[in-house]
Amino acid sequence: MEQVAGLDDESVAWLRVLDPAATDHTDGLARLHERLLRIARAEVHRRAVSISGPEIDDLAHQAAADAMLAILAKRDTFRGESRFTTWAYRFVILEVSSKLGRHFWRRAPDTLDDEQWERLPDRLGVDPHEQAEARRLAEVVRVAVDETLTEHQRSVFVEVVLNGVPLDALCARDQTTRNAVYKTVFDARRKIRAALVANGYLETSMRQEDPS
Amino acid sequence: MNARERLIRFLTTDPRDVGCEEAMAILHVYAEVAAQDPVAAAERYPGVAAHLAACGPCREDLTGLLAAVSGDA
Repeated sequence: MEQVAGLDDESVAWLRVLDPAATDHTDGLARLHERLLRIARAEVHRRAVSISGPEIDDLAHQAAADAMLAILAKRDTFRGESRFTTWAYRFVILEVSSKLGRHFWRRAPDTLDDEQWERLPDRLGVDPHEQAEARRLAEVVRVAVDETLTEHQRSVFVEVVLNGVPLDALCARDQTTRNAVYKTVFDARRKIRAALVANGYLETSMRQEDPS
Repeated sequence: MNARERLIRFLTTDPRDVGCEEAMAILHVYAEVAAQDPVAAAERYPGVAAHLAACGPCREDLTGLLAAVSGDA
């Protein structure tokens, strides 16, 4: 592999040992895997998901193994924009996310098929004391969703926003990317907002994008 | 924050938001800057910062990566 200019010593050492021609290549692979496994275990624990015992270890082992494969396959694309380990750890963090998304469906709530619009205020963090406004808010959003979103946008909006299905769980089930699901919800939010401005529920001053 | 303000916040989209794919592609670079100075990271990569502010799963990945990097120090 061609040497990347300006690298720190540790990154250079990792790249050297991950070269299959290195005499200590096998030892290097073992050390990298050990680190990835440690990070995967810590990450699953950190996220405090409803997984326990052997399942945590299974998931961590799978994430570390898949991250290892991805790192070895893509090490030639490492450009030295960060330390090698930071670049490598990203793979295992993303693998943990993806695997937790798949795991969601093993213990998914039975109510996921329902459209529970009364949950919307809770999802948005509306104070329970504002019951009357919360009901009105849920109703105006439901109408905007029905009238302005495509069938696909509506379905994703209901699953993600109302039912609280994690983006990575939808990706795993629908064989799509997180970016695609995010973009669908992003577009839905814009359309709903425009509809609520048009029907007067939100002020016309809210027409412009407000990045604050 | 009242109900209407919460709704506005939820519906507000940031045109600088680069989306998950672009944010994840440079998450390692962003994380190294953010580990030293989160404000500098947001200023250097405003589109990524806008995305991380709106996308819970990507924000969670950044938090995990920062934890991994700091545990490595």
